[in-house]
Amino acid sequence: MTVSRRRAWPLHLSTPAVLQGLPRLPWVWAVVGATALVAAATFGVLAGPVHIGFGTVVQTLLAPIPWIGHQAQPVDASQASILWSLRFPRVVLGAIVGGMLATAGAAYQGVFRNPLADPYLLGAAAGANLGATLAIAFMPGSSLIGVNVVPLAGFAGAATAVAGAYVLGRTVTGLRSATGLILAGVAIAAFLNAIQTYIQQSQPGTIRQVYSWILGRLVTAGWDGVVLVLPYVAISIAVIFLHRRLLDALSVGEEEVNSLGISARRVRLIVVVAATLGTAAAVAIAGTIAFVGIIVPHTIRLLVGRSYRVVVPLSVLFGAAFLVLADTAARTMAAPAELPIGVITALVGAPFFIVVMRSTKAAEL
Amino acid sequence: MSEVVLSGVSIAYASEVVVSDFSLDVGSGEWIALIGPNGAGKTSILRAIACLVAHSGEIRIGKTAVTELSGRDLARRVAMVLQYPHVPAGMTVSQYVLLGRSPHLTYFGKEGRRDQRIVAGILERLSLERLAARPLEHLSGGERQRAAIARALAQQAPVLLVDEPTSSLDVGRQQDVLELIDGLRAEQGLTVIAAMHDLTLAGQYAHRLALLVGGKLVAVGAPSEVLTEPAIADHYQAQVRILQMNGSGRAVIPVRTHAALKPEGLIEP
Repeated sequence: MTVSRRRAWPLHLSTPAVLQGLPRLPWVWAVVGATALVAAATFGVLAGPVHIGFGTVVQTLLAPIPWIGHQAQPVDASQASILWSLRFPRVVLGAIVGGMLATAGAAYQGVFRNPLADPYLLGAAAGANLGATLAIAFMPGSSLIGVNVVPLAGFAGAATAVAGAYVLGRTVTGLRSATGLILAGVAIAAFLNAIQTYIQQSQPGTIRQVYSWILGRLVTAGWDGVVLVLPYVAISIAVIFLHRRLLDALSVGEEEVNSLGISARRVRLIVVVAATLGTAAAVAIAGTIAFVGIIVPHTIRLLVGRSYRVVVPLSVLFGAAFLVLADTAARTMAAPAELPIGVITALVGAPFFIVVMRSTKAAEL
Repeated sequence: MSEVVLSGVSIAYASEVVVSDFSLDVGSGEWIALIGPNGAGKTSILRAIACLVAHSGEIRIGKTAVTELSGRDLARRVAMVLQYPHVPAGMTVSQYVLLGRSPHLTYFGKEGRRDQRIVAGILERLSLERLAARPLEHLSGGERQRAAIARALAQQAPVLLVDEPTSSLDVGRQQDVLELIDGLRAEQGLTVIAAMHDLTLAGQYAHRLALLVGGKLVAVGAPSEVLTEPAIADHYQAQVRILQMNGSGRAVIPVRTHAALKPEGLIEP
């Protein structure tokens, strides 16, 4: 067996020489990312106005598991209730939204070959803001099929805005290049922002609520929010994951990737639809949290590597960890008041990003 | 047998016609050079064969029209090396060359051992194995050109389209690259269609030259038939002498019709 293998693959055609230059996810970084996420989640669960010990958290988590749960000591019911209905869902939601925004940002930067692209490039944020503003101003407190109408309007607004940008880009430029699509997105976003600002100014009683929505927050009671976004985010991240190789291929440019038998237009359409679906679901629940989609993928590029085989999986982990930490800071720094999470992501994220850029000399960005 | 057949091909960008009624048969294993002044339509013809630009008329690879092939099937038959390949930041040579395996993978497919072995073989053949882990932007012009050729070879397509393979290379690297392409053509029976600026090199390496002027084919044939002083004076508006060299084709030498002007104030000896 060994002999025949040697014959089939002579030594001078050794694959290891090639493998040296192939991008693979460094397992050290994968472990670091997973550890960061677990640490951030632990910190997030422990932080709060009511002191709950680490042991209690572990016991509460183990309690519902058959066989193991019975052996654990019974947990105080009020503490268990705080954990299950407030802290666990909030941390999980933060992880889902953060992982989604960072991954969508990476995907957008890949399909548009533009380092400044973020999940809101094609008008998702402007659309979500307009939808939410309309709902807050004209249908306060109402719900549709048992769900608060504000997130539904935010989701619909984000999806409609991106679809509008796509149709506009297609009719105007025929989608021969990504630039037409970006310009269409800029136009749509400016237009929707204008309408949103007008409505907001004409309804002064709702400004505070609208601003709080725009700057983002993860206020949640129970698991409704998680259940609402999880399916979209799971599908979105799975589709982006499957496109890791193609996102790398797109970096050689439109014409060359087409000459390799890969339709750049098709890849762009599928990835944009997937990333938009997940982004729309995330902003519908959490508001338009800024900056995560830009700094997380770029920090990974600077520290680890530029291939999407590295950037996509690590964006999920570090994006999730980053937003859980930011949310914990948002709700503890000025307790009992809550700071908007978007303020924290920019306040902490921007200086950190600048430090990373300086220390890696960011020449290849 | 003809590998690539172009019949009555016309190409237009928006309403501007750049190639009109171009017909050419290229035999299997043949090297044909498209020559002609700037803007003659050489690159457009290559792009039309690779279906990167729409054309009217018919282009066939083997027996099939290129427009009937899916993008993947076409990329398995035709590989193209662009004049200025885009250099993605941070991409290593091996990753770049491995992209050439794309036409052999499904949409969500991942390169396997076999693809890596093929790429390893190509890197070795092109003396790139030491550079495998190097980012493309750290390579010299000649090395980068070899990497672009390696990526095209990884497609294992029988037809290789090359756009200006020697532009921005020094004379030694020009010879290296052309010898490499010719060696690969001979070894693997590739059909090579190359747009070439340098008439001497075109005459030395190509079996036949196709001279394009203003989007029209004006002459096609062996270098000795196409590279003539009157033809070049006529179509390039250039003054040249053509020297027959022993065993190494014809050299096209530009000559000055007026004596060089001496700098003012210089006293002649």
